[in-house]
Amino acid sequence: MNVTLKVNGESFTHEIEPRMSLSQYLREVLDLTGTHIGCDTSGCGACTVTVDGDAVKSCTILAVQADGCEITTIEGMANGTQMHPIQAAFKEHHGLQCGFCTPGMVMTAADILKNNSNPTEKEIRDGLKGNFCRCTGYHNIVKSIQHAAEHIKG
Amino acid sequence: MGNYIGKSVKRREDARFLKGAGKYTDDIKLPKMTQAAFARSPYAHAKIVSIDTSGAEKAEGVVAVYTANDACGQYGVPCGWQVNFKNGETMREPVHPLLARDKIRHLGEAVAIVIAESLELARDAAELVEVEYEELPAVTDPKKAMAQGAPIVHDEWPDNAAFDWCIGNDRAEVEAALEAAHHVTELEFNNQRLAPNAIEPRSYIADYDVNGDKWTLYSSTQNPHLIRLLLCAFVLGIPEHKVRVVSYDVGGGFGSKIYHYTEEALLTWASREIGRPVKWTADRSEAFLTDAHGRDHVVKSKMGFDKEGKIVAHLTDEYCALGAYLSTFAPAIPTYLHGTLFQGVYATPLIHLNVTAPFTHTVPVDAYRGAGRPEATYLLERMLSKAAMEMNMDQAEIRFKNFIPPFDGIEQPGYQTQVALQYDSGNYEGTLKRGLEMLGYEDFRKEQQAARKNGKLLGVGISTYIEGCGIAPSAVVGALGARAGLYEVGHVRVQPTGKISVFTGTHSHGQGHETVFAQFVADKLGIDMDDVEIVHGDTEQVAFGMGTYGSRSLSVGGTAIIKSIDKILEKGAKIAAHKLEAAAEDLEYSGGKWTVKGTDKSVSFGDVALTAYVPHDYPEGLEPGLDFSSFYDPANFTFPFGTHIAVVEVSADTGKVDLKRFVACDDVGNVMNPMIVDGQIHGGVVQGIGQALLEEVVYDDGGQMISGSYMDYAMPRADDLPMIETDRTITPCPHNPLGVKGAGEAGAIGSTPAVVNAVVDALAHLGVTDIQMPLTPQRVWRAMQH
Repeated sequence: MNVTLKVNGESFTHEIEPRMSLSQYLREVLDLTGTHIGCDTSGCGACTVTVDGDAVKSCTILAVQADGCEITTIEGMANGTQMHPIQAAFKEHHGLQCGFCTPGMVMTAADILKNNSNPTEKEIRDGLKGNFCRCTGYHNIVKSIQHAAEHIKG
Repeated sequence: MGNYIGKSVKRREDARFLKGAGKYTDDIKLPKMTQAAFARSPYAHAKIVSIDTSGAEKAEGVVAVYTANDACGQYGVPCGWQVNFKNGETMREPVHPLLARDKIRHLGEAVAIVIAESLELARDAAELVEVEYEELPAVTDPKKAMAQGAPIVHDEWPDNAAFDWCIGNDRAEVEAALEAAHHVTELEFNNQRLAPNAIEPRSYIADYDVNGDKWTLYSSTQNPHLIRLLLCAFVLGIPEHKVRVVSYDVGGGFGSKIYHYTEEALLTWASREIGRPVKWTADRSEAFLTDAHGRDHVVKSKMGFDKEGKIVAHLTDEYCALGAYLSTFAPAIPTYLHGTLFQGVYATPLIHLNVTAPFTHTVPVDAYRGAGRPEATYLLERMLSKAAMEMNMDQAEIRFKNFIPPFDGIEQPGYQTQVALQYDSGNYEGTLKRGLEMLGYEDFRKEQQAARKNGKLLGVGISTYIEGCGIAPSAVVGALGARAGLYEVGHVRVQPTGKISVFTGTHSHGQGHETVFAQFVADKLGIDMDDVEIVHGDTEQVAFGMGTYGSRSLSVGGTAIIKSIDKILEKGAKIAAHKLEAAAEDLEYSGGKWTVKGTDKSVSFGDVALTAYVPHDYPEGLEPGLDFSSFYDPANFTFPFGTHIAVVEVSADTGKVDLKRFVACDDVGNVMNPMIVDGQIHGGVVQGIGQALLEEVVYDDGGQMISGSYMDYAMPRADDLPMIETDRTITPCPHNPLGVKGAGEAGAIGSTPAVVNAVVDALAHLGVTDIQMPLTPQRVWRAMQH
């Protein structure tokens, strides 16, 4: 089947198998390997991207279901060499260790802050509960998002 | 102290991870690369009657299908540690085949590998491999495996025992002391089986280059050199210099990526057969079924106390599962990494541990964050708190009564335990005092009493742990059965421009070596951190190494690097002396330059480096170059310790445990980067909380895993947790130059019993004395009704 979509601002059209998940499409067809697959069953959240602005676990939907959509992946977050405030906050507050869940965490954080510019700790934790991190105990991820919120609000 | 040591320097690794530019094994694509999928057994124990691969071979895009009937069937992966029976009989060591031939011994064991042009085609074809099985009864519980008439894992050993083992004082003496004790506390429980669950699944690419007759194995391993050694010398019999093992970025390990797995060897073999690269990445289901698990001890324990609450004796018997085959370090985990910590932080005069280690129809069990030490700590800390409850003492008081007094390992000697080890330095009461202060213990007890009157179930749990890490003196581990040395290699290359490349045999998979190692290297040389690069994870760049596990990277790997820096400074001083026309012994090195003492005559590190490589005007007889490699074999293990305190509220209606606070005061010796150490503690603590409240691998009676997905295996999520309150005391390690002890496992070792102690404390007035982990709402609710 044909799929046409926009990823990180760039348009693509490909002939792909209907069974190909969006995560596979991003990794295998577009070589955007920043989107990670930790479980392929919507359990871990490492593959989270935004589809038309909303956080979506990209292993959960087929690439063809994203036809006509605008996707942002972790590779689309920085502005050139300038990291997005969420990325910068993760670095500043040690919100990552092995880095594998990190792209999904950053994309989920973007979704949390898009919907709520001033989240409480509880709201951040609720927003993160679809994403596993096995390294940080979430402590510094929560802190990073709190600081990113402050920074974005200015 | 210099500019970097002890500072929370931000991590240089982070930029690539945050931009999605990390290079994990599954991210790598090679020209002409094929993809592998496995046909795996749906049974835990079965005879293989027949295998028909003809359908798979004919399927679209299939390059090759192999079973144990092909040449790969002759190979098996080895075990790296030997623990013999108490009576001297040799450890029973089954062949761990790359593919099962006649018999299946655990669920998910591979029967065939299918290699195809794409992952989808490989998976499609793997479904077409037709295997006729004759299912057999299975045993997954280690105690049941030792019972008369239990299903047999390996026919040649009908009693299922791999070995038995004991440590400590004479059993009869310990039993007599228990007989005579004022009070005896008893506990029986399972330290349940856990799945490590690094979020990156295991992934390998084997790439055989026919022209060079060489292989590159890209592997998500914690341990590239050891994998190469085992793969070459003990599995495939290929020359070690013809194999390069590369592990770039690795998405968490927690022990599970230490070992040499069958898939690594099989892919390496298959790549030469097909003359093309072949990749395999586990899916999460395969990760549950085939990554080595952790824990799985069945424990029965007695601890005797005198009238004052001092421990007089401790006796424990355990059954510890090994799984169907012996994984790389498996025999060491329930023995030398476990029994040697039975002293804990207490002056217990008499200790005896007896271990029976059977094969079971499960995936192998090996080290998982803490590896044997969490199991020892859980037992000791539950016993102490249970004893306090039974003897009407406070949990803190009983610990203060039993602590080994402080010792620095320099003025006061190390502490000789009853279980073989000598602790390096410790101030155990110091972390408990600080932990109680952080919590506001006295105030909490008042709050708890008031809450109880209102029907609220609040509890506090204390755990004061010690762990042994920084493995290890090779001679010691060799005497204990290790088949490898456990030193480390640090190679420091000064480039002609004075820039530094450091090659370490340790491996970073989240720990931040690229930052922390650069911090102390820069400080030791008095140069800018940006001038130091850390290289790891490539056997072709790094001379040798033993990898990262057992919180050993800084204490062992860091010391090897420092040895090389010392050699560089010694040689550099000779060059500097020549340039300054002074005697080397009249120079001092500081701030990146050699200065003639008492003068302002100096020469910079950069000048000396350049001179070493452009030796026109140079000391006579001195070799050019400034490049040193060192092996460091530590004099002793290191012994971090600390206090963890949990506060919980239990729902009287549902039994759900709400973790309200978690306080950790750890002592990991000197700290190079507080931010990173705190991060290690946070993560470890939460893994330990996971064991206490959520996690358990469950096999049913037939050996089916009924917790084999993220829907069924509960791990801590962000909304299960409070912020972790951390502080530390500092008791330097006396036997390494950085004074560091290691921080990777501490959190996971200390936290589990603190949480369980807190829940039992919350329910003590209802007569609850123990609850089996994980403390699910159902279990807690049942305990409350009892």
